[in-house]
Amino acid sequence: MSRRVVITGLGVVSPNGVGIPDFLAAIRTGASGIKWEPSYKDLHFNCQVAGIPHFEWDQLKRYVSEITFHGLQGHALGYGIRAALDAWTDAGNTLAAGNTLGAAETLWDTGCVFGSSVAEVDVVKKIIGRVDAGEAKKLGSRVVEQLMNSGITAYISGRLGLGGRIIANSAACATGTQAILMGYEYIQQGLAKRMVVGSSEHVDPYIFGAFDSMRILSRKFNHAPEQASRPMSKTAGGFVPGSGAGALVLEDLDFALQRKARIYAELLGGACNSGGQRNGGSMTAPGAPGVIKCISDAVSNAGISSASIDLISGHLTATAADAVEIQNWCLALDRNGCNFPLINSLKSMIGHSLSAAGSIEAVGVVLQIVHQFVHPNINLEDPNPEILKLIDIGSLPQTMVEKEIKTVAKANFGFGDINACLIFSKYNNNG
Amino acid sequence: MDRRAILEELKKVLYPYTENKEMLKNIDDSTDLVKDLKINSANLVDIIIDAEAKYNVEIDFDSAENMITVGSCIDVIAEKMK
Repeated sequence: MSRRVVITGLGVVSPNGVGIPDFLAAIRTGASGIKWEPSYKDLHFNCQVAGIPHFEWDQLKRYVSEITFHGLQGHALGYGIRAALDAWTDAGNTLAAGNTLGAAETLWDTGCVFGSSVAEVDVVKKIIGRVDAGEAKKLGSRVVEQLMNSGITAYISGRLGLGGRIIANSAACATGTQAILMGYEYIQQGLAKRMVVGSSEHVDPYIFGAFDSMRILSRKFNHAPEQASRPMSKTAGGFVPGSGAGALVLEDLDFALQRKARIYAELLGGACNSGGQRNGGSMTAPGAPGVIKCISDAVSNAGISSASIDLISGHLTATAADAVEIQNWCLALDRNGCNFPLINSLKSMIGHSLSAAGSIEAVGVVLQIVHQFVHPNINLEDPNPEILKLIDIGSLPQTMVEKEIKTVAKANFGFGDINACLIFSKYNNNG
Repeated sequence: MDRRAILEELKKVLYPYTENKEMLKNIDDSTDLVKDLKINSANLVDIIIDAEAKYNVEIDFDSAENMITVGSCIDVIAEKMK
């Protein structure tokens, strides 16, 4: 019997809202989380705006033990812990009291795939400073766990007592989407009953500077931060880096029904591939054949017809590649003009949070399915004419649309020519 | 600094690393850091680093290995402070 995979828990740390209620309110109204960062002017960055969550570090005391909190550092770790543990409790689970002592039994049937792009640069910087000063012995016992790429999964799985596969994945901007797909596949293959999946990212000045040097960031809206992230717009001039984390609890449908869990939506399937950096694909750009194959494979894997897709949650970062992405969607779904589904980009509100983009956007997709709406594309008063040659302007909502949303396609594309696409749907208990 | 003063400061050093905060108030020379205070043995490294800063001493590897109970910690710190 084919196993169905449902979403039963959500958690998010987003530049425009920390926690599901705030995030939901923000994406309904099109609230921007992009702000001007004065320090970026001093650092001579071309882009001086960013999406940084309003995150109070001390709140993590409610999520980890006092001993773990003492010496905890690394923003992406903090974002990831908060999002994943929120998703866990949102799914109707409880956290064992306090800490490792007295934790619940190991949950052998539950695993975790949680991704990130880079290890914590803040932590790396401290290590470099200490070691170069000949003071390695003062580093203490905690930096290794915060330096390792699997640090986030180690904190999450340790706190929750997860005993299944624990994997820290990394696939640049496709990381979050890929993590969700991996979790889906483990459950589908019967290797787990439940998976905590997601990703997190903290764009510190060093990562920011590296992207800034590539001249692919927004630089003309430093004076108007909320207008700086403009996917699909004629005046889109580069992306705005963002930070945060998104997390979902995926669950075997029968397992979820048995424990009478609330079911948000169903994950019908997906695909992840690479264009192999051939046929127009490169280190930095996705090649059309790979993207089209990925979307087509996702649709076929989900067992749906492309005609049934109501909404696309695009990658759409606000560069010249937006029009190419729309063209790829048109070809992959064989839909264009007035027949093209609605499409939106959460990045218009929060910027591009790299590894975290896929998981934050997926949380957004599930919320749009649960609450039956399509969030607006902000900063799209001047749509790119190249895009309007492909699809009707009616596919580009600029205000929130209340509409029946049954099936949503969500894709992200990452450096290295990595593509990932997921198909979500409203949960239908008749199968 | 006499042994009593060292003990009072030591309580502050140990505080972040034990869940057994109540027990910490009444520790004596025989209290075992790992067995009684349930301190994670990996954190003993951090306790030594914090103690070095607190008492302004250097605690070498061999001395650190002796720091098993509160009494032996005070012995090592008192010795290094001489």
